[in-house]
Amino acid sequence: MVNTKVTLSGLTLDNPIIPASGTFGYGYEFAELYDINILGSFSFKGTTKEPRFGNPTPRIAECTAGLINAVGLQNPGIEKVIAEELPKMKQCFHKPVIANISGFSIEEYAYCCEKIDKEEQVGIIEVNVSCPNVHHGGMAFGTSPEAAAEVTRAVKAVTTKPVYMKLSPNVTDIAAVAKACEEAGADGISLINTIMGMRIDLKTKRPVVANKMGGFSGSAIFPVALRMVYEVSKAVNIPVIGMGGVSSAEDVLEMMLAGATAVQIGAANLVDPFICKKIIEELPDVMNRYNIEDLKTIIGGAHNE
Amino acid sequence: MNQSIFTIKSNQHLTDSVLKMVMAGDTSAITTPGQFINIKLDGFFLRRPISVCDYDEKTVTILYKVVGKGTHCLSTLPTGMPLDVLTGLGNGYDIEKSGQTPLLIGGGVGVPPMYRLAKDLIKQKKKPIVILGFRTKKEEFYANEFRELGAVVHIATEDGSLGTKGFVTDIIKSLSDYSYFYACGPEAMLKAVSDTTITSGQLSFEERMGCGFGACMGCSCKTKYGTKRICKDGPVLEKEEIIW
Repeated sequence: MVNTKVTLSGLTLDNPIIPASGTFGYGYEFAELYDINILGSFSFKGTTKEPRFGNPTPRIAECTAGLINAVGLQNPGIEKVIAEELPKMKQCFHKPVIANISGFSIEEYAYCCEKIDKEEQVGIIEVNVSCPNVHHGGMAFGTSPEAAAEVTRAVKAVTTKPVYMKLSPNVTDIAAVAKACEEAGADGISLINTIMGMRIDLKTKRPVVANKMGGFSGSAIFPVALRMVYEVSKAVNIPVIGMGGVSSAEDVLEMMLAGATAVQIGAANLVDPFICKKIIEELPDVMNRYNIEDLKTIIGGAHNE
Repeated sequence: MNQSIFTIKSNQHLTDSVLKMVMAGDTSAITTPGQFINIKLDGFFLRRPISVCDYDEKTVTILYKVVGKGTHCLSTLPTGMPLDVLTGLGNGYDIEKSGQTPLLIGGGVGVPPMYRLAKDLIKQKKKPIVILGFRTKKEEFYANEFRELGAVVHIATEDGSLGTKGFVTDIIKSLSDYSYFYACGPEAMLKAVSDTTITSGQLSFEERMGCGFGACMGCSCKTKYGTKRICKDGPVLEKEEIIW
């Protein structure tokens, strides 16, 4: 009998599998398909202070082994998420959830985190300083170590829950941003958010998505994500949640060997709504195949010389 | 929604670019006309959402147009091949609002969902009036199938090579005795239909989708009743709620 349990900042998960924010809504679409309580946890749709419709459509462009999205943080706003979505979520998911928070100013990040801090259901706050699809905010805070540290400090000041900073890969030195967050008090790092990309429609000769560019995700980005998880986990002493193109139990093991304590599944949910269930079910067999008895023992294993 | 494996029973051209595919599998999740299925194709990351033309306990029929690489790939698939399909997606048409003589308006690849709708309405002893729009006679498909159901069929072609010369709206203008309408087709047609019709109705929309089942917010639109996801809260919207 293998052990798939991992621990993130004192929170023990039955397994490291976590659907990524923006690919799992608030869980109920998936709860209609299977019992989502088998998940380690899940990160719910990115939440901002004010309600947002997001970007104009088209918001989606297909790519080889992935897709570009430019949704633009569509969400009903923090008050409605707390009043309406969290109670509904509680009915289908009985474990602590990860609250994904975004903002357009330091104050907005702090406002949302202070509100969500009071919610018992929330086990971890994942602070998104990496959304590529909104102007004047989001990714701007994740592309400089100083700005990311400033958001970290502001958020840590208003919550006692573990704070994980979700970082953008669209930087020269992601390890430097991660280190700055750690020094500012972050409890963990989530990475990577999507990689900026674009597609052009040959018939119209215009960009496919209305926002022109968007975030590229899917299995194509897995090697890039893996490399960044490796670099960041080497640079910091706090837990790392690895994500980016993960779509199999084998990918999960690679991410953990690179240094991830837990692993998020994003784009793969959109193509196969049962992918997280399949990975959780396959994980023990795949662990056996590679002689892994206790999953947490492989974390960062690839760093050993 | 169901995820299951279907087997291609037939895949044949109806016109130069429109094909009819019949697949066998578990259709239990399909509950109403106007819903769609989402097909996984080897070599493509996203699934292909295609509206349901007809279904029974064991098979589903789709009519699709080859417009890009995905639908071209679909058009080359042989009988007997298995396909990973999500079924029962979208809200579909609310058949109860039809009244006795609803208009069923389909333009181009908007025609297929009208077929099952006509079938269900006729089963309920309603008298649907079907209006089909095509660019030209060569692109016409399924008019006979509608007639065989017992529906009155009007056809409009842009070049006048078949039926009325002009658009579906030219036919709508000539009719006054209808109880309701259902429409599916390009957005410009839907807008014109909405402006021309004198009754309430339901219109089915298209949008580029990520998942097709409500998870990614890729296909959201604003309506008078709030933000809706075309794939999950639609694709059918009521005339009164649409913000053009």
